[in-house]
Amino acid sequence: MQHRPPRPTQHRPAQERIVVDNLCFAYNGVVALHDVSLRAYAGSICALVGMNGAGKSTLFKALMGFVRPSRGTIAINGVPLREALRQQAVAYVPQTESVDWNFPVSVANVVMMGRYGTMNLLRIPRRRDHQAVRESLERVDLWPLRQRQIGQLSGGQRKRAFVARALAQEASVMLLDEPFAGVDIRTEKLLIQLFQQFRQEGRTLLISTHDLGHVTGFCDDVVLINKTVLAYGETSEVFTQENVARTFGGGSLDSLSFTPPDLPGEGDL
Amino acid sequence: MDALPWLTEPLQHAFMQRALLVSMLVASVCGLLSCYMTLKGWALMGDAVSHAVMPGVVIAYALNLPFALGAFVFGVGSVAVIGYIKQMTRIKEDTVIGLVFTGFFAFGLILVSKVRSSIDLTHILFGNVLGISPADIQQTLWICALVLAVLLLLRRDLILFCFDPTHARSMGIHTGVLHYLLLAVLSLAAVAGLQTVGIILVVAMLVTPGATAHLLTDRFDRMTWIAVGSAMLSSVIGIYWSYWMDASTGGCIVVVQTLLFLISFLFAPRHGLVAQLRQ
Repeated sequence: MQHRPPRPTQHRPAQERIVVDNLCFAYNGVVALHDVSLRAYAGSICALVGMNGAGKSTLFKALMGFVRPSRGTIAINGVPLREALRQQAVAYVPQTESVDWNFPVSVANVVMMGRYGTMNLLRIPRRRDHQAVRESLERVDLWPLRQRQIGQLSGGQRKRAFVARALAQEASVMLLDEPFAGVDIRTEKLLIQLFQQFRQEGRTLLISTHDLGHVTGFCDDVVLINKTVLAYGETSEVFTQENVARTFGGGSLDSLSFTPPDLPGEGDL
Repeated sequence: MDALPWLTEPLQHAFMQRALLVSMLVASVCGLLSCYMTLKGWALMGDAVSHAVMPGVVIAYALNLPFALGAFVFGVGSVAVIGYIKQMTRIKEDTVIGLVFTGFFAFGLILVSKVRSSIDLTHILFGNVLGISPADIQQTLWICALVLAVLLLLRRDLILFCFDPTHARSMGIHTGVLHYLLLAVLSLAAVAGLQTVGIILVVAMLVTPGATAHLLTDRFDRMTWIAVGSAMLSSVIGIYWSYWMDASTGGCIVVVQTLLFLISFLFAPRHGLVAQLRQ
């Protein structure tokens, strides 16, 4: 039934959530991604690791349906991507730099935008939309600040507001673009806590990150990417010094703050 | 020193009544649109589209078609051309915008000088709200109703489109449709606006009220009210001013708009210059 036999580890329910097969993209004749295949599972956190320009954002765009692949398929929750997107299966949490913080919109309104996909044409919020917004804001501790204009939030609060928007969307897949860039330690801990809760709820989180420490810290799986997927799978197996060196073009490892994975030593064979 | 005759005398002329009503209507529609233009960063696009509609207006007049139709075709057409050139070449967007809209505008100038019709170049360039014809008023009403309907019905989608198009798209909202719809609305508003202040100044109607309002509030709803209010106020003051000074109507309206912006730039409670210097 499944492409790969499920391995019952602590955080690894068997269900495949994202299935990407032989995906290729080219922009104006330049290959951005070549022959990408990967799996991500329900109730797991998956790190997407690669250099700038390695194709991380192309892969995100592909998972949001923005770019048409020249070859290959994407399925989410067992249905083709288009259908999954219509079902609001994928939520995107943008990088902080890409947001216009002067925009005259309140925190509650931003989170409400996560509901637009399921609203009627006029986007008039129903009772359950208001409820979803409230629950999402409470979960990230921003309910008291809901009336603030988004620019009046601190750095960590801003991040949480956009995580709340993804929550309000009730998506099973969350794409997080460098969620830890430029946040303080406290926020980072808070975010990681939230992400772990999301995992418990059975969501799938795909996190693009530069910080290799995070990969070993709390990511179940890792996808190493450099124009193609070099390796994917459980962090303990895949996140080896050798693979990371290949991902970053064989540069000096010291400069990458590589910490070898905390191998649990469980024999998988 | 009674202010009453100063206010009532102009209203005894039918053309002044018409001018006031038309320009207030046009100002409110353009003012509403200006909120989206400023937040989306489309000021240059507004300038481009408003100039590019020129040949369309002339051709429509010559063929006895509604000028809105010509404006619409050329307004949206210019944007399509801009998008195509940008995509196919290495030239930067602002350069492409600059060269395309001046090209369209220049073509329009030739048409005006060569095509036999009743249109007066100065009316297109500088507006002619005091002499607006009943037929033009009717068309302007239709345009304003259409623009208003689109902006109100798609309000939330357009706000999201301006704020975070990526997110909108990822939820399956058709941002391409919104993009071209907003451009279509922009070209329609531009023709409505050029009746009152002319092609050259119409971009002020599409930008200034939104900028003024953006400095005054952090709420989108309030921003639209302030923009619409300031735009309407500017057209009333501007028209009276031009009447008593016998000066260019479009010029007066836009100068008042600019003055309102200056006041808000200096004295806006949180985002004004004085408030910022005090902090």
